[in-house]
Amino acid sequence: MSTNINGSGEASEENYSTEESGSAKRRIVVPGETIIEGEDYLPGEGTRREGLKIVSSKFGLAEEAGRLIKIISIFGAFVPRKGNVVVGRVTDLNYAGWVVDIDCAAAGFLPIEESPRFINRNEMDQYLKIGDVIAAKIWTVKTKGPDLTLNGKGLGKLEGGFIFRIIPSRVPRVIGKEGSMVGLIKEKTNCSITVGQNGWVWIKGQSIDEEIKARKAIEIISEKVHVEGLTEKMESWFEEK
Amino acid sequence: MSKEFKRPDGRKHNELRPMKAKVGVIPNADGSAMFSFGDTVAIAAVYGPRQLHPQHMQDPSKGILRCNYDLLSFSVYDRKKPGPSRRSNEISKVTEWALLPAVYLEAFPNTVVDVQIYILQADAGTRTAGINAASMALAHAGIPMKDLVCSVAVGKNDKNLIVDLTKEEEDYDLGEGATDFAIAKLANSDDITLMQMDGKAQPKVIPDLINLSVEACSTIYEIQKKALKSVIAEGE
Repeated sequence: MSTNINGSGEASEENYSTEESGSAKRRIVVPGETIIEGEDYLPGEGTRREGLKIVSSKFGLAEEAGRLIKIISIFGAFVPRKGNVVVGRVTDLNYAGWVVDIDCAAAGFLPIEESPRFINRNEMDQYLKIGDVIAAKIWTVKTKGPDLTLNGKGLGKLEGGFIFRIIPSRVPRVIGKEGSMVGLIKEKTNCSITVGQNGWVWIKGQSIDEEIKARKAIEIISEKVHVEGLTEKMESWFEEK
Repeated sequence: MSKEFKRPDGRKHNELRPMKAKVGVIPNADGSAMFSFGDTVAIAAVYGPRQLHPQHMQDPSKGILRCNYDLLSFSVYDRKKPGPSRRSNEISKVTEWALLPAVYLEAFPNTVVDVQIYILQADAGTRTAGINAASMALAHAGIPMKDLVCSVAVGKNDKNLIVDLTKEEEDYDLGEGATDFAIAKLANSDDITLMQMDGKAQPKVIPDLINLSVEACSTIYEIQKKALKSVIAEGE
C-alpha cells in the first residue's frame, strides 16, 4: 500500500482559479473514502493510491482536473510554503534579524539583509520593533521554520488599520481569481487590504465604517465554502448595504 | 439463549444507543467535534500542528500526537475531582495509540497535534465516544489521515453478547457477570487500533464480540461521515 501524500508547493490561488471556471467536478470526501477507481487517474495533493483506487487522505473537496485527483482543504491550520505572502507580527529581534509570529507551527525569521534598505544593526528597532505588523513573503521553508523577505511588491511594514483572522484555507477564496474578489472589496470600500496566506487580514480605510464593512464582506466570503459565482453575489451584497 | 434476554432499555443485542454527532462545536480550535451514545457525551478539540514545547520532546522526523482525556467534574453522579488521575492518564494514552495509526504526521516535523477530549456526560463507553469525536475533530482540523477511526464497546451480560453497554449493563452482576470490551478500528480496513477488556470472556466468544463490533463500527462510520459532510454543506 502506498502511503504517499503529495505536498506540492503549488500556490493555492491556482486551485481556485481552475475551480471557479466551473468545469471541474467537486464533491465532499472524508479521509479513507474512495474517490474514484481506475488506472487512468493520478493521485494529487491530499490523496493516495491503494491498488486500483484513489483514496482521500484529507477532509475537503475532491476535485477532478483531467486525470489528476486532488483535495482542496477548507479547514485547518496554516502550513507555510515557499512564495506565500503572509501577515505577521514581530515578536522578538536579535543580532541577525527579526522573529515574526505568522500563526503557524514555527515562528518566521526575517534576516536583516532581507529588508529593502540598509539597516544599522544597532538601530534595528527604528525600522521594525516588537509588536509591529508586517506583510512578508516566505522565501524558504527550513526545518527550523520559514525564512521571510520584505523584498517584493506590496511587502513591508503595515501601519495603522487593524488585523483579524480567518480560516487559512479560505484565503484563496477571499483573494479570488487573479485578485478579483479582494479587488472588488477594495473598490467598494476604499480600504487598503492585505490578505496573508496564513489567514491574517490587514485592513486600513478612510473611516471606521468602511473598515467594518470590508471586514464583514471578508468574513461572509470565508464562510461560503463552495458557492458558485460568489463575486456577483458580493456585488449585490454591496448594493444592498 | 439471547432470545429471552431483555436489555434494561429494551434494545436488541446488536442495537446501538441513539447516536448524535456534530462537527465544528468549538470555534477557537482548528478542528472540533461532539459525539454521543445515548447519555454519554464527548467533545474533542484539535489544535495544531503547532510548535512543541518542551523542545526535547520534538521529533525531527515527524510530528507527534498528544491526547488528553478527562471527565468533567459534573459528568458523573459523585463529583469527579478535577485534574488528571490514574484512570484518565491511562485512557489518554490508549486513545493516542488508537488514533496514531490513522494520522500521517511525517509532513509536520518538530510539531505537535494536540487532541483534547472532554466527557460532558458519562454513561459508560466514554473512551469510545471520545475516540469517535477525536477522529472527526482530526479530520476537521485538516490533518492528513489514512482513515477515520470508529470505536465501540461490546460486551457480555452473563452469557449474552451485547453492543454498546450502558452503566447499568456494565454493573450487571448475575451469572457470569458483565464484560466490557472496548474496540477501535480503522473504518475501511480490518485494522484494530484499540482492544481492552474488563471482566471475563471465553476465548471462543472473542471472534463473535469482534464481529459484533465491526458491524456496529460501520453504523458509527456512516454517522461520522454524515456529520463531517454536513458541516461543509451548511456553508451554502
